[in-house]
Amino acid sequence: MTEPRPLAPNQLAQLQAIIDEPELPPERYALLGRLGRGGMGSVFLVRDLLLEREVALKLLSLPETEGELDARLAREARVLASLEHPGIVPVHDLGRLPDGRLYYTMKRVEGRTLAEHCRAEGLSLRARVGLLLKLCDALAFAHTRGVLHRDLKPANVMVGSFGELLVMDWGLAALAPPAPGGGSGAEAAGEGAGAGAAVAAAAAGSGALGTPGYMAPEQAVGGPVDARADIYAVGGILADLLGEAPPRPLAAIRDRARAADPAGRYPDARALAADLAAWLDDAPVAAYRERVWERLGRTLRRHRFVILLLLAFVIVRLAMLFWLRH
Amino acid sequence: MPKPLLGVLLGLILGALDGLTALFYGPEAKAMIQDILIFSSLKGMLAGLIIGFVARKASLRTVLIVGALVGFALAFAVAAMPGKNGEHYWLEIIVPGTLVGFILGYATHRYGKAAARVA
Repeated sequence: MTEPRPLAPNQLAQLQAIIDEPELPPERYALLGRLGRGGMGSVFLVRDLLLEREVALKLLSLPETEGELDARLAREARVLASLEHPGIVPVHDLGRLPDGRLYYTMKRVEGRTLAEHCRAEGLSLRARVGLLLKLCDALAFAHTRGVLHRDLKPANVMVGSFGELLVMDWGLAALAPPAPGGGSGAEAAGEGAGAGAAVAAAAAGSGALGTPGYMAPEQAVGGPVDARADIYAVGGILADLLGEAPPRPLAAIRDRARAADPAGRYPDARALAADLAAWLDDAPVAAYRERVWERLGRTLRRHRFVILLLLAFVIVRLAMLFWLRH
Repeated sequence: MPKPLLGVLLGLILGALDGLTALFYGPEAKAMIQDILIFSSLKGMLAGLIIGFVARKASLRTVLIVGALVGFALAFAVAAMPGKNGEHYWLEIIVPGTLVGFILGYATHRYGKAAARVA
């Protein structure tokens, strides 16, 4: 009897793909293709036959009823369902396949990642910062609901065909229970680290989950994290979008967002958004200490039209004076 | 600061500056400088008040046009009054006056607190 030959990697991949393919409820969903594969599962493009639309379906690679991965996927779906915001991918349905695998469906995002979009469109610095503002808005919303993303990176931020920004892949999100008395999580935690402070309790000791390069130092060592860990990740995304030698105020914002010590970072996404918006408005940026001539230049730029009009007034007056005298 | 108030203050400043430039127009203008200054300042304040009210809810283009028209109209009314020697100073009053109205229009639209919108 001959020894069985090990399968080649491509054969293995083909077998894996066949195993992965879900057996969907035929009255509800029709499989159209695979959109991607992650560590714990895959995302498929399916057609919702009831609502007659295409949606993305995420499910585990292998059945694991009531296992840790199963619970994590369920939590991810519930976290997404609790976050109704235009910048957060909406979830449509949660269910279990006949083979026992848990799945959830979400909006199918047709677009590009943030970095791809900026490159492909040749976006200006101001346009990129504008997109970052949308990201901060979505993040601030999540943080006020006591949810941390914990895996923010350019690949998890999509820009749709109409320029809408969507934060994806909340698989590592941490959800904190609401504080007693309806107060914010931050009040319950008694810490001064912003809206997501209470999530530290839920995220404590969760292990080093995240993506190197965007993971906050405290997250990398598996320590407790709060909203500032997500701010660190946004700082990493900002650094990617700014490139080499950005304007000093933007560099200061980037550096503050990526401070190694959480106490040195923005306390929450709103504070970061406020500074980004200030830069767009040519207003003072909290993270950057202006020099006198920089402040003067900014003031002149900001009010340039009024200054030009006043100059025009002076010139007209002088011209008329000169004309009358001669 | 509400836009009408901003308009009045800016109109006062610009009107006074406008009037002060009359000092360079010769001795007869110097002799009338007090009247010129008062009229110019009042003209500026009135223009600023009207334009400020318009700026509360109108678009930039509308406010600029209204500002220029108000500045022109008030300047025309002042220029229509003859000087002590019977001369009219049309160009010297109307051109800067119109420009002041234009500046007031832009400034009150850009700065100052807009009126609250009722839903």
